Amino acid sequence: MSATARWTIPAIRDALLSKKASAREIYSDFLTKIEKQNAKWNAYLSLSKERGLAQADRIDTSIARGENLPPLAGVPVAIKDVISTMGIRTTCSSKILEHYVPPYDATAVERLEKAGALFLGKTNCDEFAMGGSNENSAYGPVRNPVAPDHVPGGSSGGSAAAVAADLAVVSLGTDTGGSIRQPGSYCGIPALMPTYGRVSRYGLVAFASSLDKIGPFATNVSDAAAVLSVIAGHDANDSTSAALPVADYTAALGRSVQGLRIGVPEDYFGEGLDEEVRQRVQSAIATLEKLGCRRIPLQMPHTEFAIATYYIIATAEASSNLARFDGVRYGLRVPAATLGDMYRKTRGQGFGPEVKRRIMLGTYALSSGYYGAYYLRAQKVRSLIAQDFAEAFQKVDVIVTPTAPTPAFKIGEKAADPLQMYLADIYTVTGSLAGVPGISVPCGETKAGLPVGMQIFANHFDEARVLQVARAYERAMGDAD
Amino acid sequence: MNISREDVLRVAQLAHLELTPEEVNTFQEQLDQILGYVDKLKEVDVTNVEPMAQVVFAAGRDGKAGAHPELREDILIACNTAEPILAQASDAAKPFFRVPKVIER
Repeated sequence: MSATARWTIPAIRDALLSKKASAREIYSDFLTKIEKQNAKWNAYLSLSKERGLAQADRIDTSIARGENLPPLAGVPVAIKDVISTMGIRTTCSSKILEHYVPPYDATAVERLEKAGALFLGKTNCDEFAMGGSNENSAYGPVRNPVAPDHVPGGSSGGSAAAVAADLAVVSLGTDTGGSIRQPGSYCGIPALMPTYGRVSRYGLVAFASSLDKIGPFATNVSDAAAVLSVIAGHDANDSTSAALPVADYTAALGRSVQGLRIGVPEDYFGEGLDEEVRQRVQSAIATLEKLGCRRIPLQMPHTEFAIATYYIIATAEASSNLARFDGVRYGLRVPAATLGDMYRKTRGQGFGPEVKRRIMLGTYALSSGYYGAYYLRAQKVRSLIAQDFAEAFQKVDVIVTPTAPTPAFKIGEKAADPLQMYLADIYTVTGSLAGVPGISVPCGETKAGLPVGMQIFANHFDEARVLQVARAYERAMGDAD
Repeated sequence: MNISREDVLRVAQLAHLELTPEEVNTFQEQLDQILGYVDKLKEVDVTNVEPMAQVVFAAGRDGKAGAHPELREDILIACNTAEPILAQASDAAKPFFRVPKVIER
């Protein structure tokens, strides 16, 4: 492998098996790079050198003994800081958890370790995964490796930036309303949101429980598929994880897309869509047509209500989930004479502005007299949005849209206007509400050099289809992996 | 303005959040703007529409509507995690978390 080429999962496997590199060497090279470059991107909040080196040494011992290597052997990964890692600080990018060290691993983390992955560290994100720009971190914004004065997207901005800047081979993010797909789009890398229930959330610090999902970032679709194969599947510790069989996601990648029906919803190409983004996505759809896919126009009439629906449901659930941060059992405690004052001061000083705003919104929407007008109504509209998807999947195999209406914006550009920031989630929250899987794959860049992402949705638990179409497009664009 | 200053203070009280006077002003304005946008939902006819209480099982996937193979048997499993959990607290006296006095006597 040349000095400029990037590691991929199969390349690491080959290097280990042919003894061209050891797991320790690969891991140490990444650590050195991170130590040199992280100040520039602010992608990592904590490094897990001790645990990572121990993991690397176990792989090297295994190789020396001639044992079979697990699927992610020697692959350096970064983990979003809302996912619990035993013995490694997990802050959720919040001051309220600045010194929190989880006493257990999330199931996804445990599965990565069993599969031989090497933990580099924990990545920066919007506080409690609330935001679309990574500017809501208590530890400073992340910069976009493609355009350093631009945001990397959010909320999983650090996980996207770490992979885009070659400071990790793959990473885990979480997606509640677009928090994997949108930063993938802004940073120019594949980013996969699995079906609701596909990946256990045990150990994920909850934001909105009916929407939260864990999924991978990678530099190519095959690596994303390999990570999903490891983290997917039922977990007795998460009753919302589905007891359905897990497909071999890498096996689906080579299949032809000839004859597949590609749904293109008009509602995703209307007002507010940047002209250059429209052109790149339309030309990506034309590429899929050249590969033998049939383009089928769709109408998904409830799309325009998705943002309003999402910001009621997500904030209502957040207000409930974040009630646990009260200074009693873990995290920050601001002392006060009474218990009530202790709660109020701890939460008032521990949470940042966006988290407080969402707790306020959610509490309002659930409060006496407003529940029917806001939360209940939003849950009904959510049914209609899910129905749009169910009806679409009667006619098409996948739905293709832009991932975000614009490319990455400048740091600070939207920070003062929360509603404008929320509206940027317009194309991602729909799939989140319906619970279907979706990926963002890079489909070119604007004249200014900013990446554009194409989003591909498939029906519940059909990640294989999402990955197959994404890989076919990637291959057509000349990535020969 | 549909959201009053009193609304903001009432909600902050419900949510156990201490807000600065500036935050009260900012949130009043922003909540008003955001909830104004959310009023869009009133345009949707939701007559006879069920709220979406389940995300994927509601669809009755694989004919399993209402079935929850995900639920395990209710069997006790030993869970000796008190020590590491109490170690996270800012004020613990095993086996308790200590908080300011709630009941005067």
